[in-house]
Amino acid sequence: MKYLAIETATECCSVALFHDGEIISESELAPLRHNEIVLSMCERVLAKGETGLSQLDGIAFGCGPGAFTGVRLAASITQGIALAQDLPVVPVSSLAALAQAAHCRHGVSQVLACIDARMQEVYVALYQLDEERIMRLQGEEQVIAPARVDVDVGEDCMGCGSGWKPYAEILLKRCGKSIAFDADALPQAEFVAVLAQPRFERGETVSPTEALPVYVRHDVAQKPKSRTV
Amino acid sequence: MRVLGIETSCDETAVAVICERQGLLAHHLFSQSALHSEYGGVVPELASRDHIRKLGPLIQTVMRTAQLSLSEDIDAIAYTSGPGLMGALMVGAGLGRSLAFALGKPAVAVHHMEAHLLAPLLEDAAPECPYVALLVSGGHTLLVEVRSVARYTVLGESIDDAVGEAFDKVALMLGLGYPGGPQIQRLAKQGDPGRFEFPRPMVKRAGLDFSFSGLKTHVLNTLKGLGKPGPQDRADVARAFEDAVVDTLRIKSARAIEHTGSKTLVVAGGVGANRKLRQQLMQQLGEQGVKVIFPAPEFCTDNAAMVAQLGLLRLQSGSREPLSIRVQSRWALEEV
Repeated sequence: MKYLAIETATECCSVALFHDGEIISESELAPLRHNEIVLSMCERVLAKGETGLSQLDGIAFGCGPGAFTGVRLAASITQGIALAQDLPVVPVSSLAALAQAAHCRHGVSQVLACIDARMQEVYVALYQLDEERIMRLQGEEQVIAPARVDVDVGEDCMGCGSGWKPYAEILLKRCGKSIAFDADALPQAEFVAVLAQPRFERGETVSPTEALPVYVRHDVAQKPKSRTV
Repeated sequence: MRVLGIETSCDETAVAVICERQGLLAHHLFSQSALHSEYGGVVPELASRDHIRKLGPLIQTVMRTAQLSLSEDIDAIAYTSGPGLMGALMVGAGLGRSLAFALGKPAVAVHHMEAHLLAPLLEDAAPECPYVALLVSGGHTLLVEVRSVARYTVLGESIDDAVGEAFDKVALMLGLGYPGGPQIQRLAKQGDPGRFEFPRPMVKRAGLDFSFSGLKTHVLNTLKGLGKPGPQDRADVARAFEDAVVDTLRIKSARAIEHTGSKTLVVAGGVGANRKLRQQLMQQLGEQGVKVIFPAPEFCTDNAAMVAQLGLLRLQSGSREPLSIRVQSRWALEEV
């Protein structure tokens, strides 16, 4: 099985090719430049994997939460490629990608993934490793003030993501334990690819036009007061 | 050769397919104006969120209507890459560029205003170059001399609010909905033309630039001066505002025709649908032997047929977009 994975929800722009169990990936810190480089990155991983676009069996993407324009970029690229090649799509949470990376790199089985959502809030979710070695969401993804995060974590839980940079102290307090954390971790396509595998195998896919962002934050516009005098 | 065109620069999601030999094969549009109406104007983030939901299905609808297959029948993808709202542009450019990449076909990034300027060429009775175009919409107020494809001279533009924006803001002051143009036109019909005399901004000054910000403030002050304006007061204000805008556009258009010696004026953009503007331009310029052309309403406002058409023209002249998704919120027409 062969599929592409794209993740552009944060300042890290990354793509990966899942090639019959092997993952070829590229990743670059490129704030505000994802749009310029991401398709060339796709072309390079496909070339490295000696895979043509017509040989792909699907496409996975990090659907957020994260920067709105970033998650829409991954969704629109996914739609474009999937429509052209008539491919099934697997949307993968960008928070889950963080959690899966922590398991793969540090061997942890519980992760409090947390991305800075600006406006004094964080995107946050708790993940637990399942028997397939896949990080599973516990509860739901939230956008919330760090001081209102309400989780019950184990001693071996690990914190991951940019939300741990400005709010580590508050988050540790909310956890009630002194857990390890990696504030520099960013969601990457490599782990979007890992998470997508069982879903492709089980046929848990969506159609090209259903490749849509998951924003989590919905209060994005205020209705004006009429200026009628 | 068939080109798929995509337009997402503001609050319309539009897709079209054009054929080199057969012309426009299909075009569809989804307008977000209802979504933005309760906010009194376009909310960029909401616009972007809607584009990503609507664009894919719209592409499928257009392909079904034209009875074409993306992989077999489309030779290039054209999309608006500016000027416009960054997030909104990014959806169309991102999907369009990736579609071309995965189809192994060329992509062409087009300038939104240039597409508007050449929209009249979509019609059977297309104007001949050179002509002067008055582009009046929620995002733009421009007078441009079109000497030929890709040879434009901006004669004048708004130094502050776009004329459509002024309509929207005044509509909000009058307690009307969005978009403001049609609602002000309706209300103005009941207004007394002699009650208020609003300024015609910048008409006494030489040159062809516009300004609508001061006129807008003048409306606000007039309403404040009325205390609690009743229905007739509002209608009178709407009338005075519409008259001032129409007069200003007419005076400047006539001046642009005189300046260039052109015999044709093309009026494009949503404000071009205003009846009084149409009448006055036809009347004054018609008397001077100038042909005044209003493209069909569907090609006047934002649409993808004009994007596909310009894409085709650009493709024929050898233009190709690199493997990069490029968008520009600001992009001078003379830089194309």
